Amino acid sequence: MTAVHLERRALLRRLHGGDVMQTAALIVLALIVLVAVFAPWIAPHDPNGLDLSAALGGASGDHPLGTDESGRDVLSRLIYGARTGLLGPLVVVVVSTALGAAVGVAAAWCGGWVDALLSRAMDLVFALPGLLLAIVLVAVFGPGLTAPTVAMSIAYVPYVGRLVRNVAVQEATRPYVQSYRVQGWSGWTICLRHLVPNIAPLVLAQSAMNFGYALMDLAALSFLGFGVQPPGADWGAMINNGANALLQGAAMPALAPGAAIVVAVVAFGVVGEGVADRVAKREA
Amino acid sequence: MTGTARETLLEIDDLTVRLASGAARPVLDGVALRVARGESVGLVGESGSGKSVTSRAALGLLPAGATATGTVRVAGDDVLTMSAARLRELRRREVAMVFQDPRASINPVRRIGDFVTEGLRAGGTPARAARATAEELLEAVGITDPRRALRRFPHEFSGGMLQRVMIAGALAGGPRLLLADEPTTALDVTTQAEVIAILTRLQAERGTGLLFVTHDLDLAAAVCDRIYVMYAGRIVEEQTAEGLFARPRHPYTAGLLAATPRMGSGEPPRGVPGRPVSLAENPEGCAFAARCRLAAPECAAERPALRLVDGVSVACHRAEEPIHD
Amino acid sequence: MALFLVKRLAGMVATLVATSLAVFGSLYLAPGDPATFLMKGRPVTPETLAAIRAQYHLDDSFAVQYAKWIGNVLTGDFGRSVQFRQDVGGLVASRLPTTLWLVAYAALLILVVGLAVGALAALRRGAADRIVLIGTGMANATPAFVAAIGLISLFSVKLHWFPAFGNGSGFGGRISHLTLPAIALALTFAGLLARVTRSAMLEELAREHVEVARSRGVPGAAVVRRHVLRNSLGPISTVTGTIVAGLLVSTSIVETAFGLSGVGQLLVSSVTVKDFPVVQAVSLLVVFAFVAANLLVDLLQPLIDPRVKGAAR
Repeated sequence: MTAVHLERRALLRRLHGGDVMQTAALIVLALIVLVAVFAPWIAPHDPNGLDLSAALGGASGDHPLGTDESGRDVLSRLIYGARTGLLGPLVVVVVSTALGAAVGVAAAWCGGWVDALLSRAMDLVFALPGLLLAIVLVAVFGPGLTAPTVAMSIAYVPYVGRLVRNVAVQEATRPYVQSYRVQGWSGWTICLRHLVPNIAPLVLAQSAMNFGYALMDLAALSFLGFGVQPPGADWGAMINNGANALLQGAAMPALAPGAAIVVAVVAFGVVGEGVADRVAKREA
Repeated sequence: MTGTARETLLEIDDLTVRLASGAARPVLDGVALRVARGESVGLVGESGSGKSVTSRAALGLLPAGATATGTVRVAGDDVLTMSAARLRELRRREVAMVFQDPRASINPVRRIGDFVTEGLRAGGTPARAARATAEELLEAVGITDPRRALRRFPHEFSGGMLQRVMIAGALAGGPRLLLADEPTTALDVTTQAEVIAILTRLQAERGTGLLFVTHDLDLAAAVCDRIYVMYAGRIVEEQTAEGLFARPRHPYTAGLLAATPRMGSGEPPRGVPGRPVSLAENPEGCAFAARCRLAAPECAAERPALRLVDGVSVACHRAEEPIHD
Repeated sequence: MALFLVKRLAGMVATLVATSLAVFGSLYLAPGDPATFLMKGRPVTPETLAAIRAQYHLDDSFAVQYAKWIGNVLTGDFGRSVQFRQDVGGLVASRLPTTLWLVAYAALLILVVGLAVGALAALRRGAADRIVLIGTGMANATPAFVAAIGLISLFSVKLHWFPAFGNGSGFGGRISHLTLPAIALALTFAGLLARVTRSAMLEELAREHVEVARSRGVPGAAVVRRHVLRNSLGPISTVTGTIVAGLLVSTSIVETAFGLSGVGQLLVSSVTVKDFPVVQAVSLLVVFAFVAANLLVDLLQPLIDPRVKGAAR
């Protein structure tokens, strides 16, 4: 499974070997973040402003991406959607990375039964698909952004945890760590001053990837109606909402957020891959 | 040349091989080499001298993207220009190679029997006949219980045993020419002698021609009738094994001999000073001049061609002068 | 080998027990009284409430409830669906064919397209490789529901080639109704499999034994089949195991998008109305499939690579 995971990380590798793609991806990400932050100033309309007389209007000067079935401006909703679109994954990545790093380092550093216990626990979480965990938690706590975010934060821990554990185990057996130990440095000092800087870039790469995948998963949950609730503007929820309009021939309300998701996920993948590549080059 | 009375199996003439990437000099530069039926010929040189590239060319195997000029004839047919189908036929029936590292050269997930019979099966030999041949060959290379061995996997064998399997696989198609590329370098010292003994015995029994590639001049002398010495993609000397030890004509050969530790000589071995010429450099004159104690001004100016001196082929301006060691 | 098998089976059982505990436990802890929920807010007398609590064993301790539930599950009794007032086992079984058809169809697409595209990229470097990399990169970044709306808008609404909703009847109807869902489901995973196949084959192509086989006059196609593809099966089978498991979860998204009444859609609708027995059963089913697929892959490893003798993972 680690191999698969590495492959997930290796996705987009050679394609984006060039720095052009890296730069483009970073620009795209920066744009998305800026749009999310400055949404109230950028959006041409109120994302929740109903205008049933203008329902399912095509692209026009006033509504560049048209309107949805309630007459809301698709572009404005897309812009506001970037906020929840980024916020959820951000929480997931921060929490899962922190937990994963802690668990991984603890497992690698303590070894023995602690390692065995933590590794088993990570295997267990790994055996529970994140989407399923989220669905179960939604069943328990009801729909909204909370349950899916909590579920994904847990589900992504093994991805980071296993990576950190494996790298840390490798690092811990390196001669330099041994020599510091012999010189009487404390475990924590070595850990903080040497292990962490060595592992951090890899974790960063993994986190960027996870960001993209978490965005996909959370959008999927919103699409199922388990995430952001109406009338909140969210890409996944917009697709759910726009699916009906799709059959009436108005594709934009569903396709625009779909495209936004793909672009964002690809961009995160490229950036994560770039970091991973840089790590690989540094190691080589 | 010696051994010309016998039918010539492998004739390499003026073989020049250039790599795809912009190396300053060709990997092989005007190499000429002969192996006759039943003859053992050594090809000796440092790593990077082009000896492996030369031997692989006899199978039509060139480095990826490389271009070759010259001819490589096996029993009269030019390997470099023949059709793909004819080349496969040649590889199955006429020329076979024993590679350096059996562990890397034999597919770890397929059975031994699969490896030994693969060439035969590709050539249309029925499974039963191929298996019978394989059993005989494993017996001949000294593997006990060959029938069971055919069903086993490479990781169940030691390196030496696996190299015996490789020899059996090379002999399966009944080749007239056997190429051995450092066949014992990856093995333990104790098993080296056994593998060499098996290789030379089978070669003698079957009258196969042998091109033996090695960096070890002593080993080459023990195995071969005639030895070519290569330096920087060129043949610099060719003579009989006895002649080479008695009187090396090229200073590089002399250097190689002096670099080998010898029992009872009382002298410590001396390395050849300097380093081999990389592919990035292309010296005007003799490629060895920079490392040569005997180098004269002409050596750096003009590249010496192979010429006959007292019946020995040597590429050195000062071949007539004695080399004092 | 026997010991390996026993160990793996024990691990599988442990995982199932732990996840069933987690699933059952989290639903047990759910805020709100299931009994009140069952009555959908209708005013009830304390007596009927008590009767319902007794019927659903809501007054027992957690351990007793879990033990009863797991005991029933082992005999194939998953309880009664609150939503459909029907045995969960029968309900799931009636929904299963659609989902299995969908998964099988998608798995076929994934295997054929993923392997072919990955092999193509590995064997024909250059332009084909670049196109494949871009295509698979996009495919992998396209979630199933985005693919679904894209496919519906193009092939159902614009071109009218395939229906957008419903299960269809008969073999032909089923195939035509499941084509778009299967593609939507397959897209991400086919991209992933193509990537894995490509990198595994490239790694094997560079191995010395491949050149040795060529040097022995084995034709190119046979070299690819017997040495390159054969030796790439390890990573390919591993990723296939995770894909099979991922497929089952993703069916909930695709079935919802295409209005297919399968197990995935059943899960989604049950969550919405808090039909816990169904959620428990389907969750357990998905985890079981996930664990079983991975166990199968682990058991296959020694056959794929004889050097692995029971020391998988």
